[in-house]
Amino acid sequence: MSRYLLRRLLIVVPSLLGISVVLFTVLALAPGDPFGELATNPNVPPEVGAALRAKFGLDDPVWLRYLHWLIAMLHGDWGFSFVSRMDVDRLILQRLPATLLVIGSSQVLALLVALPVGVLAATRPYSLFDQVANTFAFIGFSLPTFFTGILFILVFSIYLDWLPFVFRADLAATGWRWYWEMFRQSIMPVAVLGLFQGASWTRYVRSAVLDVIRLDYVTTARAKGIAERAVITKHVVRNALIPVVTLVALQMPAVFGGAIITEQIFRVPGIGSLLISSILANDTPVIMAVTFVFACLVILFNLIADILYGWLDPRISYR
Amino acid sequence: MTERELRDLIAAVKVGEVSRRTLLRGMAAVGLSAPFANLLLLQAGVAQAADKFDYKPTKAGGGGPLKTLYWQAPTLLNPHFAIGTKDQEGSRIFYEPLAGWDNDGNLVPILAAEIPETENGGISQDSTVVTWKLKKDVQWHDGKPFTADDVVFNWEYAADPATAATTIGSYKDIKVEKVDTHTVRIRFPKPTPFWADAFVGQRGMIVPKHLFENYKGGASRDAPANLKPVGTGPYKFVDFKPGDLVTGERNPNYHLPNRPYFDTIEMKGGGDAVSAARAVIQTGEYDYAWNMQVEDEILVRLEDNGKARGRAEIFSSGNIEHIEINNTDPWTEVDGERASAKTKHPLFSDPAVRQALALLVDRDSIEKHIYGRTGIATGNFVNNPPKFVSKNTRWEFNIEKANQLLEQAGWKRGSDGIRAKDGKQLKLVYQTSINAPRQKTQAIVKQACQKAGIDVELKSVTSSVYFSSDVANPDTYSKFYTDIQMFTTTMGEPDPTQFMRQFLSSEIASKENKWQGRNITRWRNEEYDKAYTAAEGELDPVKRAALFIKMNDLVVGEPNVIPVMYRPRVSAISQKLKTHLSGWDNDLWDVRNWYRET
Repeated sequence: MSRYLLRRLLIVVPSLLGISVVLFTVLALAPGDPFGELATNPNVPPEVGAALRAKFGLDDPVWLRYLHWLIAMLHGDWGFSFVSRMDVDRLILQRLPATLLVIGSSQVLALLVALPVGVLAATRPYSLFDQVANTFAFIGFSLPTFFTGILFILVFSIYLDWLPFVFRADLAATGWRWYWEMFRQSIMPVAVLGLFQGASWTRYVRSAVLDVIRLDYVTTARAKGIAERAVITKHVVRNALIPVVTLVALQMPAVFGGAIITEQIFRVPGIGSLLISSILANDTPVIMAVTFVFACLVILFNLIADILYGWLDPRISYR
Repeated sequence: MTERELRDLIAAVKVGEVSRRTLLRGMAAVGLSAPFANLLLLQAGVAQAADKFDYKPTKAGGGGPLKTLYWQAPTLLNPHFAIGTKDQEGSRIFYEPLAGWDNDGNLVPILAAEIPETENGGISQDSTVVTWKLKKDVQWHDGKPFTADDVVFNWEYAADPATAATTIGSYKDIKVEKVDTHTVRIRFPKPTPFWADAFVGQRGMIVPKHLFENYKGGASRDAPANLKPVGTGPYKFVDFKPGDLVTGERNPNYHLPNRPYFDTIEMKGGGDAVSAARAVIQTGEYDYAWNMQVEDEILVRLEDNGKARGRAEIFSSGNIEHIEINNTDPWTEVDGERASAKTKHPLFSDPAVRQALALLVDRDSIEKHIYGRTGIATGNFVNNPPKFVSKNTRWEFNIEKANQLLEQAGWKRGSDGIRAKDGKQLKLVYQTSINAPRQKTQAIVKQACQKAGIDVELKSVTSSVYFSSDVANPDTYSKFYTDIQMFTTTMGEPDPTQFMRQFLSSEIASKENKWQGRNITRWRNEEYDKAYTAAEGELDPVKRAALFIKMNDLVVGEPNVIPVMYRPRVSAISQKLKTHLSGWDNDLWDVRNWYRET
């Protein structure tokens, strides 16, 4: 097991290097200039843009800039944002709480919906419940979040006037009021994201459970006289969960990455909106840092998923 | 009105026979804009009566929160580093300039005790020295006094190329000296009729010397105060999350009595303009939303509702949506450069083609169906302040006339309906940025051109690429590798000196200057260059305005550019909020006077 872990961790190093090279090259080749807006302003002489480019080393060749970035990164320096003139790690940390709160709770909501509904639908295939659940699941993942988001705003904020649609990270309230306000403003973004995710997971859980429920060992368990409930929870779900765990684990990096469109609609100051505004402003150090964190998380959660398999299914061994 | 009459009138105002207001109205009638007329009076030594804003609250504070929405959020809070308006707006909550511009183009003293005038000795006879008297008893938020040293420091700071301040243009050519603790003197290298640039308005915000002293030049990016502003403004800094939120609280020691009214201020960023308009006009979640780049149709629909909690406020500015004509050949490469100034455009070298094109822009339909209240059809490139607006130009939409013109010039229709002459077909590529109103305008122009036998190919480029200065990208607006292109250009201050640079031969964009020259149409006109040089040194405001009007007429007469829409600025405001907006300054330039009616 530890040898397996070591080997996996060793593979991580070259893959991260490879990822960073690709990211950096793509960003360097992409069109745009962080100080482009200055060029269109008649009151800013062109020398300012040139001086800024020189100051931030944008005129160096790509490989040199990459080396600078890599060395700084190895020292734990994430870079300096061209646009905000502050350290990138602070910028990301500022965005983390809102991201974790909104995206995290939407994933929890998705799981809370998908697991019971999926399992229940699979144990009674083609029943009325299954049909209804299926229909809703289809609707759920067919509707894109930018559509449901705006629909929710129109219904709950504008027509009914119940919920605010501008998300604020620092609420002016304290104590219980703060929790209440936070809850109110989180409902819509969390529901939009959670139900979308939940819908596709429901379908996934259902088919995974259906695959297992027909196997002989389940029939055997039932024949032994084990209660149906125990058969489902102990024998079926545990085995059916293996593919679901992969799916969920691979989804986890997305929690940190945020949900770009939903964040934009509800003005949630998450990492997704940081990424998109940095891309629009050509703020390379921020884009680089966010995408790199993202890459690290994907690799990490892949590893975690692999390890979880072993726990769920002891037959899997690591060599 | 002749020059002579004007002079008599100014003299009458001086001795009090005629009120300022009457004069302004009279000038507007003859096409002189208010800001111009005001500057004219200033130079003639007539005291400036800034328009009085009716401020009702009788004590400071107690107004609760002021919530503003900026769909582009500020990303930094040092006014000298501001990249776009959004950053200036964020800084303006905390920092103040010596004076700001109101919507009539009047200078309003903020940190200055009074506006320099010839009469009070503020402006020297030859307009090379301007003396500012500063307001006394002004404190920075940390309690330190605001003095002339701070003003002088701001000049040193911004003028140092190593600081890489975006405001350098306003400071690099002047000399600033301290006269006493509350007086500074600005020396200009040559007579400067438009002197109100440094320390004024958007680029004039003043940062404290004691916090930035050690961070001048190369170390500028390390100043902790870059992210934690300490200013003199009506609100003190509380928190800043770049790209998301700026918050401030009432400054109890503000230098104006009974101000500010609100206890806290919040500037929330992100999202899009339409939903920002909703949050102000429909749900009333926010009090103010900046820069409503929303089609008027949508704004009207939001407002047109018995329950509407806000409205759109439209105020004049100097923005002009225009079509530029390429004077060079974008399709031939000369010395490794397309659209090189050494070439001539194969079609536009015939003036008839240019004139026909100008006749084919249906401004009426564009105004009515696309821009609504947010655009005014115009035939002028300079549309504000009124004193600089030409009365000599007209525009019309006339397909028949365009056909005639082209026919007479020898452009004959071919079998495919496209006109041609000497084997050259009238085929144009028309580029602009991706933006719904622009694509609709393109379609309207294309349709009219078709009827006149001109084939137009439409091209649209993502804004982030189109407006970038990326030297490697062929699709930027400054490279102008198409026949015609359309975008909005902004006149930032109530004087066209900077604005009109963009047609000087010396400013032609080329490979050599990395396409950073402002003359994108690559137009060469000696008469224009001469008029510009004359205007730069002309101290007589009336003659000076006449020179700018002449420049405008030259540019649109040929035409070198076809003005389409003069675009006022639009904000969304809650019904009860009383604001004081100006098209010549930041939206928040007078936030100290904002209040809510109860």
